[in-house]
Amino acid sequence: MSAPLDLPRWADTVLVPAISVVAAFLVAGLVVLGIGENPLSATRYLLQGSLGTGEGLGFTLFYMTDFIFVGLAVAVAYHAGLFNIGGEGQATLAGLGIALVLNNLTFLPGFLLIPLGILGAAAFGAAWAAVPGYLQAKRGSHIVITTIMFNWLASVLIVYLLVNVLREPQSMNPETRAFPDQSYIPFMHEVFAAFGIEIPASQLNLTLVLALAASYFVWLLIYRSRLGYAIRVVGSNPTAAVYAGISPARIIIVAMIISGALAGGLAVNELMGYQHRLLLEFTSGYGFVGIAVALMGRAHPVGIILASLLFGILYQGGAELAFEQPAITRDMVVVIGGIIILFAGALDGLFRRIVAHLFTRQKLARA
Amino acid sequence: MDLSSFVTVFDSALRLSIPLLAACLAGLWSERSGVVDIGLEGKMLVAAFAAAAAAYAFGSAWIGLVAGIGASVVFGLIHGFASISQRGNQIVSGVAINMLAAGLTAIVGNAWYAQGGRTPPLEGVQRFGDAIFGHSALVYIVLLAVPLTWFVLGRTRFGLRLRAVGENPAAVDTAGISVTGLRYTAVIIGGVLCGIGGTYLSVGQSAGFLPNMTAGKGFIALAALIFAKWRAWPALGACFLFGLLDAIAIRLQGISLPGIGEVPVQAIQALPYLMTVILLAGVIGKAIPPRAAGVPYVKER
Repeated sequence: MSAPLDLPRWADTVLVPAISVVAAFLVAGLVVLGIGENPLSATRYLLQGSLGTGEGLGFTLFYMTDFIFVGLAVAVAYHAGLFNIGGEGQATLAGLGIALVLNNLTFLPGFLLIPLGILGAAAFGAAWAAVPGYLQAKRGSHIVITTIMFNWLASVLIVYLLVNVLREPQSMNPETRAFPDQSYIPFMHEVFAAFGIEIPASQLNLTLVLALAASYFVWLLIYRSRLGYAIRVVGSNPTAAVYAGISPARIIIVAMIISGALAGGLAVNELMGYQHRLLLEFTSGYGFVGIAVALMGRAHPVGIILASLLFGILYQGGAELAFEQPAITRDMVVVIGGIIILFAGALDGLFRRIVAHLFTRQKLARA
Repeated sequence: MDLSSFVTVFDSALRLSIPLLAACLAGLWSERSGVVDIGLEGKMLVAAFAAAAAAYAFGSAWIGLVAGIGASVVFGLIHGFASISQRGNQIVSGVAINMLAAGLTAIVGNAWYAQGGRTPPLEGVQRFGDAIFGHSALVYIVLLAVPLTWFVLGRTRFGLRLRAVGENPAAVDTAGISVTGLRYTAVIIGGVLCGIGGTYLSVGQSAGFLPNMTAGKGFIALAALIFAKWRAWPALGACFLFGLLDAIAIRLQGISLPGIGEVPVQAIQALPYLMTVILLAGVIGKAIPPRAAGVPYVKER
C-alpha cells in the first residue's frame, strides 16, 4: 500500500485535483443516467445556461462571489489545522450584523454606510467564529463539534430574532424591513452603464471586486506575512510552533477570527448586493459548499477562485438545467459538491497513490 | 399540568427521542471503534427515503425497513472505505456523506415521484402501526438496542476488542486481531442502527418521506453521544432528555408561563446544542472521547 507519494509539484497541485473533479463529474453523470436523463444534453444545458449568455454569466459570477468568500474562510482555518465547518452560522450572524448596522444608521450617506455594513458583517462573523476558536484553543473542545453546534445555534437565533424582534409589525414574512437605498452595493450593470457600456442586468454586483481583493489579501497573509507563516506552522506542527516561540492558542483564535470575517462576505454579497433585507436561510448551504471549494482549490487563493468559478457555473447552469429538464433539480449541485468533498478531501490519498503509481511505472519503463 | 397532559408529553418525548437514540447508538458503535461519524444525519436521511420508497413500492413496512437499513449501510461503507481503507479524513468524509444524502434523496425523490421530493403518502401495511401501548415495533427494537449495546460492548470478547481498537489499535493489531475488520463491523452496525432510525422517521412516525426530514436530528444525536460520554445507558438518558425538551418546546408554543412570560420555543430548541458546547468546554464535567477516534490506523509505523 505504501507507494511513494513524492509527486512532481504540478501533478500534486493540478493533476490530482483535476482527476478528482473529473471522477466527481463521472459519478454525477451516472446519477443523471440513473434517473433516466441524458447526461450529455444535461451538460450542454448547464454550460449554455451559465456561460452561453451575458445574463447567465452575470449570475455565474454572482454565485462565484459567494463561493470565493466561503472557500477562503475554510482555507484560512485549514492552514491553521482547523476544520471550520461553521461557515453557515458565521455568515448568518454576519447577516445580522449587516441588518443591525444598516437599519440603525439610516441617516448616513452611502459612502459611509456601505463600508460600515461590510465591517458589521465581518465583525459579527468573526465573533461567531471566535468562540469555537477560543474553546478549541483554551478549553480543548473539538472545533468541528463546536462549529456544528454553533451553526444550529445561529439558525435558531436568527429564527427567533426575525420572528419576534426584527420583523416589521405589519409584515407577515420573517424578514427585516428593506435596507436604506444608499446602502445597496451597486450592481455591475449599473456601474458599467455609468460609463456608457451596456451589459445584461443580473444580480452581479461590486462585491465580486471585494472577493477578488480578499483573495489577494489572503494570499499575502498566508504566504507573505509573519502571521501567515505562524498560521501554517501551527497547522503543520503545533509542537514545533511552541519551540519557535509561536503560541498555538493565540494563532488558532486569530485564524478563526479571520475565517469568520471572510465567511461574512457571503452575507455582504447576498444581502447588501442583492436581497437588500435580512431574511431566513439566505446562506442556502453555501457554507458547506465552501468546504468543497477549499478542498478542491487546495486551500490556495488561485485554486479557490477557479473552484468558485466551477461551482458558480454549476449553480447557475443547474438552475437553467432544472428549467429545461425538470427531473434534474438544483440539488444536483449539492450531490456534485458532496462527491467532490469525498474525492478531493477524504479519498485524496487514493488518487494520489494512483498517480504516484503511474509515475513510478513510467520512470521504470524509461530506465 | 395535570396527569393526562403529563402522560401526553412523556409519550411524545419518547416518540421524538427514538430516532435520536438510534443515531446516537450508531455513533457510539462507530466512535468506540475509532471511526468518528458526523454523517449520522446523512445516513438517517437516505434510510428514511429508501424505506419510504420501498414500503410504497412493495406495500410492506418491513421491506421498507430492510431497504432503509441497506441504504444506510451502503453509505456507512462509503465512509468506512474512505476512513478505514484509504485512511482519509473522517470528518471530511462525514461532511461529504451528509451532502450526498441531502442531494441524492432530493434528486431521486423528485425524479421518481415528481412531488417536490416527497414520496407518495403511505398507509395501512406500508407503515409501522401501533403495536403495544400505542407505539410501533420499531420503538421497541430501538429501545432493545440499548441493553444489547451495553451488553455486547461491555461484556463480550468482541466488545472488548472493539473498544480496544478505539483506544489503542496498535495493541490490538499486535495481538493478531484485524483492526480493519473490527472497524468495518462497527461501521456496519452503525449503518444498521441509523437505518432503523431513518425508517422510523418516514415509515413509523410520519407517513412518507419529506425532503430534509431529519432536520438536524443526526447532529442532536451527536450532541447526545458526547453528553452520554460514549456509553449506552447514558445515551438513552441523553436522548430522552433531548426528546423531552423537544416535546416541551412543542407544548409551550404560545403558552405564557406564570412569572416568566412566554418562553420562546427557540430557546428550548437551542438547549441541546448549548449544553453540548458547555459540556465540551469542560464546565459541567469532562467528555473524553475514545482515544484513537478520528485517527486512521497506519500499520507500518
